[in-house]
Amino acid sequence: MNNKGQTLWILFFIVPGLSLVSIVIIYPLFASLLNSFYAWDGFTRMEFVGLQNFKTVFTQYPYNERFFNAIGNNLKWFISSMVIQNTFGLLFGYLLSRRIKGHEIYKRVFFMPVLLSIIAVGFLWKLYYNPQFGLFMKLFTALGWDFMNRAWLGDSSTATYAIILMNIWRWTGFPTLVFLAAMDNVPEECLESAHMDGTPEWTMFWKITFPLIIPAIMVITVLTLIGSINVFEQVYTMADLDGAPNYATDTLGTLFYRSAFGSQASTVPEISIGSSLSVIIYVLCLGLSVLNILGFQKKEVQL
Amino acid sequence: MILDFRFSHSSPVKKVLYILFQIILIGYVIVIIYPILNLLLSSFKTTREIFTNPFSFPAEWRFSNYVKVWQKGGFDMYFVNSIVITAIAMALVLLFGSMAANGIARYNYKMKMVVYLLFLSGIVLPLKAAIIPLFLLIKNLHLTDNRLSLILIFAAMGLPSTVFILSGFMKTIPKELEYAARIDGCNDLVIFQKIVIPLSMPSITLVTIYNIVPIWNDFFFPLIFISTDSKKTLPLGVASFFGQYQIAWDLIFAALSIAIVPMIIVYLFMSRYFIKGMTAGAVKG
Repeated sequence: MNNKGQTLWILFFIVPGLSLVSIVIIYPLFASLLNSFYAWDGFTRMEFVGLQNFKTVFTQYPYNERFFNAIGNNLKWFISSMVIQNTFGLLFGYLLSRRIKGHEIYKRVFFMPVLLSIIAVGFLWKLYYNPQFGLFMKLFTALGWDFMNRAWLGDSSTATYAIILMNIWRWTGFPTLVFLAAMDNVPEECLESAHMDGTPEWTMFWKITFPLIIPAIMVITVLTLIGSINVFEQVYTMADLDGAPNYATDTLGTLFYRSAFGSQASTVPEISIGSSLSVIIYVLCLGLSVLNILGFQKKEVQL
Repeated sequence: MILDFRFSHSSPVKKVLYILFQIILIGYVIVIIYPILNLLLSSFKTTREIFTNPFSFPAEWRFSNYVKVWQKGGFDMYFVNSIVITAIAMALVLLFGSMAANGIARYNYKMKMVVYLLFLSGIVLPLKAAIIPLFLLIKNLHLTDNRLSLILIFAAMGLPSTVFILSGFMKTIPKELEYAARIDGCNDLVIFQKIVIPLSMPSITLVTIYNIVPIWNDFFFPLIFISTDSKKTLPLGVASFFGQYQIAWDLIFAALSIAIVPMIIVYLFMSRYFIKGMTAGAVKG
């Protein structure tokens, strides 16, 4: 077959997909990087200002306060999800991998919320958290736990955690199933021979299973990181675009949205700020993922 | 399995642990199921009943909440929009994605790695963060408030993972099959259609589920691009309905059920595929 014919076939297969991805994904990615170096008047690009927009975000009030407040909340999302969601995921994954009685049912039930619309789940939990009529308050009253009856979403010290709890409910099934798949790949001979030698369960987990599932832990950590940086719908449904109360639940996602499109309550769009925030979001996603992968690679064990 | 976690023949400590673990697991099943069960029961009640008898069964199974939501709330339109947009976007993802994967996995040329990396750039970086230039682009194309904008964005969003998963699989299809077909006079398109695609079917099922769930549930892009009620998708429709009927809890519960229950029913029948498909990006196959 001649070479020119082959080139035409390659183009035929690749061009439709590649043009779509170039226009809708790659062009906007580079354009926001470029936009962040310019001043903006509404949706019109003005003069080149270098790193001025980033300086504004980091140092000028109120931008700096909003930015560090939001990123602090993203950090809360990451740490809480790692500690609660992924720890339970690890425990559940382990119990399921040991084929504990009922494991097939547990597996299917735990994963179900992962598929549900985050918008619907967020609104549902907002109703359940309602301090007067919400299901949770009715439950606490029925149980006699009156100290639990409070405006979880209205109090700035608890609001973010109340939203995170909803997300943990929604997402724990995901790490559970990823860890389960990783543990099912641990060769049975290793566990069997250790078992014959009388090695205790706990030691077997730490010395054999855990080192072998480090790649899965790495994947889940990176996904949790990217997920925590991109929190938006959760806050939108349960605390509105302004991160009520008083920006207590604001995240990079909602802050970025307000910078780009404004919100009814407080903000007008500022494309310069929005573009620099988007670049910061890229750098965080890309940089932290790479660091994480490099960090874990040293600890990875191969058979 | 020799290490089965069983109750009999084990030490008292293990027995206590086993019972504790079962309590935690059963407790978590209740934590997952009860909020959804309560949602369903509430959707048949009156608002007053939801407030006064939150735990009981509805005094009367009132389907009228659903009728109101479906007709007045416009959920019939939202549903149709979601189905049409998801179906066309998914068809484009599968068509363009399998073609591109074929072009990357089955040929050798200099720019191959560049093409592959261009496709993959969409995997780590969130497209949401690039919304400002994307918004300006769609505006300049006069596609705002047009369902076509969502179809194009969703199709592009699905391509990186599709190309990644499918090209990985297509590389493993033996070249001999292709050579044999060439001797019979088949051209590249026929080989793609008759050999590569049929053999890739398991991976194609996988990427379909991997992409269809996020597309069906996506809220961000409809929020940005769609403003006319008759063009809204289900998640956006739920959000505007929630804003409009904040105090009518009976209707809101019915609306949320419409958004949640169909997915659960599909999941009941296909849970194995969903679990495999959704974790496809994170689990080495």
